[in-house]
Amino acid sequence: MDGGLAAERCRAVAKLTLHQLSKDFGTGRPAVDAVSMEIRDGGFLALLGPSGCGKTTVLRMVAGFETPTDGSILLGERVMSDAARVVPPERRNMAMVFQSYALWPHMTVAENVGYPLKVRGVTGERYRAKVLEALRSVRLEAYGDRRPAALSGGQRQRVALARCLVTSPDVVLLDEPLANLDRHLRGEMEDAFREFHARSGATMIYVTHDQAEAMALATDVAVMADGKLLQMAAPDELYARPEGRRVGELVGRGAVLSVRAAAGAARHFDWQAVQLALTRLDNAPSVDLLVRPQDVHIGDGGLPAVVESVVFEGERYTMGLRLGDGQCLRVHWRERLQVGAVVPVIIAGGWRL
Amino acid sequence: MPLHAQQTNSQPRWLFPFVGLLVFSLCAVPLSRLVAAGFRSIWSGKALDLLREPAVWQAALNTLTTSFLGMIVALIIGSSFALVLALTDVRARGVLGFLFMLPTMIPPQVTALSWVGLSGPSSPLLKAIGLAPALGSPQPLYSIYGIALLFGVQHAPLVFLSLRAGLLALPQEGIDAARLSGASSRQVLRDIVLPLAVPGLIAGAAIAFVSGVGNFGIPAILGMPAAIYTLPTLIYARFASFGPDTFGDIAMLSAMIAILAIAGLGLQERVLRNREYRTIGAAGLTASFNLGLWRLPVEMALWLLLVVMLVLPFLALVAGSLVSTYGVVFSWQTISLSAYDEILFRQAVTQTAFVNSLFLSGLTAFGLLVFGVLTAYTLTHTKSRWTGLVAAMIEIPYALPGVVIAVAFILIFAAPIPLVGVTLYGTLWIILLAYLSSFFAVGLKPIISAFRQLDPALEEAARLSGARFWRRLAEILVPLIAPAAGASVILVFLIACNELTVSALLWSAGTQTLGVAIYNLDDSGSYDLAAALSVLVVLMIVVLMLLLEWMAAWLPKGVVPWRN
Repeated sequence: MDGGLAAERCRAVAKLTLHQLSKDFGTGRPAVDAVSMEIRDGGFLALLGPSGCGKTTVLRMVAGFETPTDGSILLGERVMSDAARVVPPERRNMAMVFQSYALWPHMTVAENVGYPLKVRGVTGERYRAKVLEALRSVRLEAYGDRRPAALSGGQRQRVALARCLVTSPDVVLLDEPLANLDRHLRGEMEDAFREFHARSGATMIYVTHDQAEAMALATDVAVMADGKLLQMAAPDELYARPEGRRVGELVGRGAVLSVRAAAGAARHFDWQAVQLALTRLDNAPSVDLLVRPQDVHIGDGGLPAVVESVVFEGERYTMGLRLGDGQCLRVHWRERLQVGAVVPVIIAGGWRL
Repeated sequence: MPLHAQQTNSQPRWLFPFVGLLVFSLCAVPLSRLVAAGFRSIWSGKALDLLREPAVWQAALNTLTTSFLGMIVALIIGSSFALVLALTDVRARGVLGFLFMLPTMIPPQVTALSWVGLSGPSSPLLKAIGLAPALGSPQPLYSIYGIALLFGVQHAPLVFLSLRAGLLALPQEGIDAARLSGASSRQVLRDIVLPLAVPGLIAGAAIAFVSGVGNFGIPAILGMPAAIYTLPTLIYARFASFGPDTFGDIAMLSAMIAILAIAGLGLQERVLRNREYRTIGAAGLTASFNLGLWRLPVEMALWLLLVVMLVLPFLALVAGSLVSTYGVVFSWQTISLSAYDEILFRQAVTQTAFVNSLFLSGLTAFGLLVFGVLTAYTLTHTKSRWTGLVAAMIEIPYALPGVVIAVAFILIFAAPIPLVGVTLYGTLWIILLAYLSSFFAVGLKPIISAFRQLDPALEEAARLSGARFWRRLAEILVPLIAPAAGASVILVFLIACNELTVSALLWSAGTQTLGVAIYNLDDSGSYDLAAALSVLVVLMIVVLMLLLEWMAAWLPKGVVPWRN
């Protein structure tokens, strides 16, 4: 490792380990159920899942706001939480961007950003320089004297980011930070997060229910449902090779078809294999096949399907089709078809989940 | 596994036990001491002697009669004000509501004094306009009915507040739906609004009744000169003629008051149990009933009522304070400021009273601010079955009349404190402790509602910034709840400054409060001085109330009692 760079980094180099992490609020069903994962130092993990899947509880346990019922959280070799001991949030050197931004309304923007420094006893010129640097990195250096109430939503979000940046935390946690922002601001903020990650080098955990957001930002995506970790992989890997029906439904952006295929068949299906799987009548086991709209074409030799819906999306139409056996899939097409029309569809590829 | 909860909890381990202990010693210990004394009195048979005295039963009957009649008067005045202000389109509702709250914020003995000054043969005001009854004719207010009337005036705002809160919680959509179903204004009022307002009315009636049972100032000034005793004034009289059985007697008498108060509240609970209407939909009734041609007459009636309830008695008080001797005809020639000169600059007694009251109220207000912040924090951050118990203990002394609290504190501190050997009885500190106990709930309410409205992420962000408990409290939480904390301080100060019942029993030479000073001045025949002191107290109350009114914009809903 480059010695100069290592010396510059004042944070502890540490990977974050969740080991069999569980949380039961006493509701009868654990909110988080034996989740294990490793987040490499400097990694950017997106925790993806529908609301109520336990992803926010995982985040709050990492922050130290909740005690695990079982399992542990380690930063490097240091135990942060287990069922017996918890390092309180104020001694974890972590930072968090909250869904509500959690800016203190009685302080100016600069005071908000500088508060973690003030608590750590940083004063004088060094304090001012660090606050200014943090504000500059989110392009808010002109707003230091304003109150949070005088800022727009996107600006408040950037103040919250600057507050995370100012103390070089080991881990930065983001709890659905774009949930309260307008659509057009989201792209801009995604850039800000990416830049923030590159600049700080901190390990980041990003909770979201929006798979596009997760895939665009993170170096790793962990998919959760019902308190369990379903799959964790790099975004392209996850997109190409989702494991299981639930992950396929969550990240596939396609249709999941029930087909019959011999055990041990290849996971990638070509048109021939799809055709066979859809039409065979023997007792081969039923498998789930993820079919993405871009792999579906309309052309001669295809299976007949009824057009169920047509949505104009600008550059193309997206249509819902129903196959002869009642299963539905979607197709992108450049021309509008009539609802109720019968068209031949070719499914050029599929992924066995 | 309670151990776990403590560890991620944001509060230091000692906080909840500390607050629990504090609340227990301020709120539960005095009352258990009272209950113990009551039982001892029953055990020794002395209670029987007391219960054989006809005077005790007469006082109990007087208490019941005056409180009940006073409740009726309060219901009539308070509910008509609430209905008109909440449901119709009369103008200046804000001003009317504010002025209507004044009678209940003014100390009862001041109310009594001002009404005495307004009526009777020596009224300066009546003399000035030549309408005074002949000298020697009886003062009509020195009677059961006089006491009941003034209870009604004093407690009408409580009915008003309770009923109006109920009316304002009605969903506008329910009324719109009734209108669309074809109901006329009158039918909507009769079939929808009034039935839904009944719980508020019952609650208001119960509060008015219980306040009457515990009221000391009005029966002390109107009843004692005519030898009409209620239970609180009987306790006062027994205490003044101190004897060997006094402690047992006053414990029994205050237990009777507590039983009457609890019976009143219990009856309310029973009546309300079957009338629990949970209204669904956005609350926020707007003035829905157009009075049309009736608006002006109704407005005039309201203002006239306020003039009779508020303005005339206050003018009588001012007039009484400006004539040098009670009974002198009030005219431009007889006006003098000598009474004010006397109480402010000459009389050591009133000067001490000012200092004592300001000191006690200030210390109570700030003490309860500190207790309130810690208690509110721990109650909003602890998930334990004990939180409900702590919250309930805080409510007990507030629900019980001040006389009961005072007697409980006398019983505890009459003897020197064991181990330390210090006697608190007869010092300011016993009054302070009784105030802290009585007004804990008043001070806590605004603070706890502010804590409940706070986004928890604001504190969590501070925790991740590295701030420990005290630092978060000082730099993040307290600044965030500052408006509510300010309101709490002013409310407690206001109530403690006006207070007479607790201090009437607990004061001794040198520790008299403003309330006691007013009562004593009148008792010793210096009506002009009592009136002058009362005028100053009323002005102080109005200023503090206006301050709260001005702060209301920054406060959580429901903190300023008379605002929506």
